[in-house]
Formats: sequence, structure tokens, C-alpha cells
Amino acid sequence: MERIPILKMGDYLLITIQVDMHDRLAITLQEDLTDQIVKHRSHGVLIDISALEMVDSFIGRMLGSIASMARLLDAETVVVGMQPAVAITLVELGLSMTGVRTALDVEKGMLVLRAALSKARRNGAPGAEV
Amino acid sequence: MLRVLKSESFPIRSSEDVVIVRQAVRIQAVSLGFGLVDQTKLVTASSELARNTLDYGGGGSALLEVIQNEQRSGVRVVFEDKGPGIPDIDLALTDGYTSGGGLGLGLSGAKRLSHEFEISSKPGEGTRVSILRWK
Repeated sequence: MERIPILKMGDYLLITIQVDMHDRLAITLQEDLTDQIVKHRSHGVLIDISALEMVDSFIGRMLGSIASMARLLDAETVVVGMQPAVAITLVELGLSMTGVRTALDVEKGMLVLRAALSKARRNGAPGAEV
Repeated sequence: MLRVLKSESFPIRSSEDVVIVRQAVRIQAVSLGFGLVDQTKLVTASSELARNTLDYGGGGSALLEVIQNEQRSGVRVVFEDKGPGIPDIDLALTDGYTSGGGLGLGLSGAKRLSHEFEISSKPGEGTRVSILRWK
């Protein structure tokens, strides 16, 4: 069965979406990701969408629900690499993607995750143990 | 005079078909020389409408056309289904209104992303939505 690979990189999980998403693939990704977050006790998820030439309301909603699900499992999500034409189109479409953190590229996304995680550790948030 | 230079029909029966439709729309937009932002807007609008055809219309078809008038050329995509139809089109075109579980941006968003937008629907008979984006 076709699925999107999830890579473990230290404390984080990295997902690179390179194929045109359809429903079943999106649902499989949500299930796989939530399993992996729990299995690896990951506190951060990085989703690279730089290969996506289009994000419609379906994919936008999927990214939003992934971020919400991850948050419930004590993991932060950052979406990175959105193409400028995609950003322009999303705004005109009316999708604001509130609740989804973004960064320009994977490196900057890592910094965002690291900052979020160290803040959580400083505050002694549960689940943020080293 | 509007001339149809090319015309191709696609079934929409599964979410894979939605992907096929938007890839075909992209190819036509590229071949007409659309810029990247214009391509993306047209493909995104088509994706929204193809998904509506599938989710709300119970499947249907997309007719993809390359058209031309005296001044310019463009891509038109017509989505048709024989589903339950839309009782209140104005309401369906309101941002955030949804009769299903979606975000309610499909129709209104597709309209904003197109240069021309037409919709006709009869309860019990189906829905036809046409979008056009000029080069």
C-alpha cells in the first residue's frame, strides 16, 4: 500500500510530502504519525511540503488536524517549505491555517521546534523531560 | 466569438480521479504559458470543485477545455454531477458554510480563484459549475 514515510531524527519526526495527496493517503499518514509519536515519544514533528505544487482546503485541513493531533500527544508541529505560489493561492482561497506553525525551510523549522521544546523544558511542562 | 481549441473529459469517481483532474488542468495551464501563480490558482480551484463533485455530487465528470476569443486564451473546467443539487446557491457560496464536514471554502474559494465562475443547480437533478481562467 502506498504510504508517506516518516523519518525519526533524534527527538523529532520528519515527513516529506512529495506525492499528490488523496484521502486514503492522508488518513494513513495521520494514523502512522500518531503511532510514531507515541512509539518514539517524539516532541516535535516537521512536515516538509516544498515538493507540493498545490495545497487545497483538503490538504490544508489535513495539515491542521495533524498539528492538533500531535499537540494532544504532546508534540509540536512545524510545516516548512511552502512554495510562494501556494501561499498566495491559500490566502485567496480563504484558508488561513491558524494553529499551524510554519517556517521557510527544514533548518529554520528545526530551530522553531528546538525553541519550543527548550521553553517547555524550562517551564517544566509534563512530557518535556530530557 | 469563443472557440474551443481542445476538449477532454474526465470521470470523477474516486479521490485518485481528483488528483488526475488537477494534473491534467496543470498540464493545460502550462502548455498555454500560464505563470506559476496562475497555474496554482486554477489547479487549486479545480481541485476544490472536483472534490465537491465527488463528496457532495456522488461523483460526476470534469470537462477540461482550452478556449480562445479574439484577445486571449484561457482554460475552462466544467464540473457536472447528477447528485442531490444545491437548494440555496447563495448560501453555498458563503465562506464557511458547509453541508458536509468540510471547511466551507470549496465553492467560494474556487470562485475567488477564477476569472469567470458559473453555477447552476437543481435540487434532485444535479449541479454544474464552470470556472475559467484567462492567460
